[in-house]
Amino acid sequence: MPANHPIELLRFNTCGSVDDGKSTLIGRLLYDSKNLMEDQLEALERSADITGGGQINLANLTDGLRAEREQGITIDVAYRYFATPRRKFIVADTPGHVQYTRNMVTGASTANLSIVLVDARQGVIEQSRRHTYIASLLRIPHLVIAVNKMDLVDWSHERFLEIRDDFGSFLPRLDMKDVKFIPMSALNGDNVVDPSKHTPWYVGPTLLGHLEDVHIASDWNLSGFRLPVQWVNRPNTPRDPALHDFRGLSGQIAGGIVKVGQKVMVLPSGLKSTVKEIWTYSGKLQEAFCPQSVTLVLADDLDISRGDMVVGLDSMPGVGTDLHARVAWMHPRPLQRGKKYLLKHTTQTVQSVVTALENRIDIHTYEPQPEPAELAMNDIGEIRLKVAKPLVFDGYATNRLTGSFVLIEPGTNATVAAGMLQPPLEAVKPEYNDFAI
Amino acid sequence: MSSYHLDHLQYLETEAIHIMREVAAEFERPVLLFSGGKDSICLLRLAEKAFRPSDLPMPFLNVETGHEFPELIEFRDRRAKELGAKLIVRTVDQAIADGTAMPAPGEISRNKLQIPVLLGAIEEFRFDCAIGGARRDEEKARAKERFFSFRDGFGQWDPKNQRPEIWNLYNARVNPGENMRVFPLSNWTEMDVWEYIKQEKLEVPNIYFSHTRECFRRGGQWLPVPTPHADASRPDPYEGARPRPNEKRATMVVRVRTIADMISTGMIESPATSVDDIIGEVSAARVTERGTRADDKASEAAMEDRKKAGYF
Repeated sequence: MPANHPIELLRFNTCGSVDDGKSTLIGRLLYDSKNLMEDQLEALERSADITGGGQINLANLTDGLRAEREQGITIDVAYRYFATPRRKFIVADTPGHVQYTRNMVTGASTANLSIVLVDARQGVIEQSRRHTYIASLLRIPHLVIAVNKMDLVDWSHERFLEIRDDFGSFLPRLDMKDVKFIPMSALNGDNVVDPSKHTPWYVGPTLLGHLEDVHIASDWNLSGFRLPVQWVNRPNTPRDPALHDFRGLSGQIAGGIVKVGQKVMVLPSGLKSTVKEIWTYSGKLQEAFCPQSVTLVLADDLDISRGDMVVGLDSMPGVGTDLHARVAWMHPRPLQRGKKYLLKHTTQTVQSVVTALENRIDIHTYEPQPEPAELAMNDIGEIRLKVAKPLVFDGYATNRLTGSFVLIEPGTNATVAAGMLQPPLEAVKPEYNDFAI
Repeated sequence: MSSYHLDHLQYLETEAIHIMREVAAEFERPVLLFSGGKDSICLLRLAEKAFRPSDLPMPFLNVETGHEFPELIEFRDRRAKELGAKLIVRTVDQAIADGTAMPAPGEISRNKLQIPVLLGAIEEFRFDCAIGGARRDEEKARAKERFFSFRDGFGQWDPKNQRPEIWNLYNARVNPGENMRVFPLSNWTEMDVWEYIKQEKLEVPNIYFSHTRECFRRGGQWLPVPTPHADASRPDPYEGARPRPNEKRATMVVRVRTIADMISTGMIESPATSVDDIIGEVSAARVTERGTRADDKASEAAMEDRKKAGYF
């Protein structure tokens, strides 16, 4: 690796059913890539003497809470960090039991890649279909199907192909662009970091090899400029008199590239201006891109506040109060028509009401069942919402950041749903401001 | 590699700045926990990056155990002044005098006693959000915590009932009396922190660099020998934390890797005199950072128990 070569960050999550060996797999990745420290190994050995009958249990590395160690399960998303000379990795270990699917959505929503674990003996089960579906729903760019416990099926190539064919019967319906199947044994370390001598019939990379190589530079949207205004930066008592009239729009770029001198529109007002400066603490920039955090100064002094969005004129988003979305429901109190929620989208929170439940997805068949009475915890379905204030949005398939929202139950403040917007029926016209003013 | 691509530190930075700004926009009375340690030093730079040229829109808070390294206190006060921030200090000593914190008989460490002091300060100033420098790679219970970690009216963390945190949409809503702990460095590792300190040329307290210090051996660690107790009219604050006759003493070249207070920070023997030296040391390290913290060794669930009770 040449010196000063930038190190990329890859975020991935692991999902699978109970006992598919997720925690063992992460433990194995850390162990074999020499990312474990002596005191962690000692702690492992200590717990092996007490609870493991002398066997080191790699799952103890990720099962952090007392209840988890006692019950031998994972009850919440655990994050792990490790590095190789080529990349840094953030791992979200997401639980497999059916009641914790909301945690998988939490762990997977920011991932570049998902690993779905399958027990080679059991093959495709309901959880495999659910996790694969959620990965596709969240539009995670890369998917790995880790066919684990191959040692328990005598490293049978035939069994591996059978499982791959089973996935083949439903994967084409899910619009996943990049899927990789890897036969492995996390317990014994085959094809995790080191190639296995038991799989001469497998010619692909090991799991770590794939994680280091997979192309992630295109995972962010760089096509349509979007800056949700997060915080208006107005110094009250600037030490520098030149900053007396400073009015900056601070936020994280949610899509595209912005350049000094570029014409932009502020939505939903429709007012146009030009980018005068791209201000950062470390100095002014000529251009900035997603997902940088910057402060824009516009040429005109417009009335702009948190929740507004600055967009490029070449690719316009939709604006509206009627929304059509897929949601993953995450709360024991079901979603029903007529219920009201707070909806957080980019940097604003607005009132919303559920106007229709269009369908519920059957996780076995992926078939939509029309007009369900409600969506229960872990259900996925399509709904329509009306919001109290126009939202500026893109379809989730176009932009994960401007096409997503969460629903919050008023009063308890519980986060009850993850929402993915369908594309707007009509985009804003660049001449929009002619009638908006 | 395309020029429209962030390296890992730039990615962690933009994520943290976004979180800082969400706090400023969503909360009425946020506070930033600043100890003078390396993680909170990074927090200050991120706050500058998030909010300049404006003033930082939140005061700093530090809870003193009474056993601080003097170098750290000096550094903390100076940095707050340089940044033009208001620094609030609350102490375990005062809480004990007021009867709001009760030391357990025979327990020397005041680590747990910081909990009522922190909760007291949150109540006193009606803070609805406290930004902390904790990182998920530090400890197993931390590894399960959200960026926005909800605390009920008693300041408690309920690990089984955390709010799902999806995309970069943080649910910051709290009812009166409840509060949020926010950890912008959640995804940072010890190495990332030092690389960031290097990149940003950040000053750190000199105890992070190697120096000569008198230490004594206890519990498998080298602990610093506290300064002598001068004022005989008051009880010795380091009672129990001074070397006993049977404990080995040595004058050594040491530094700290992680800072709690003087009685729970193990010193490591090290010749590191620069940030580059420290980065070299961290990359070659064979024990984790928290391996030098006596407060975490109490039991496998030590951190989990303290967090549930309202710890940082």
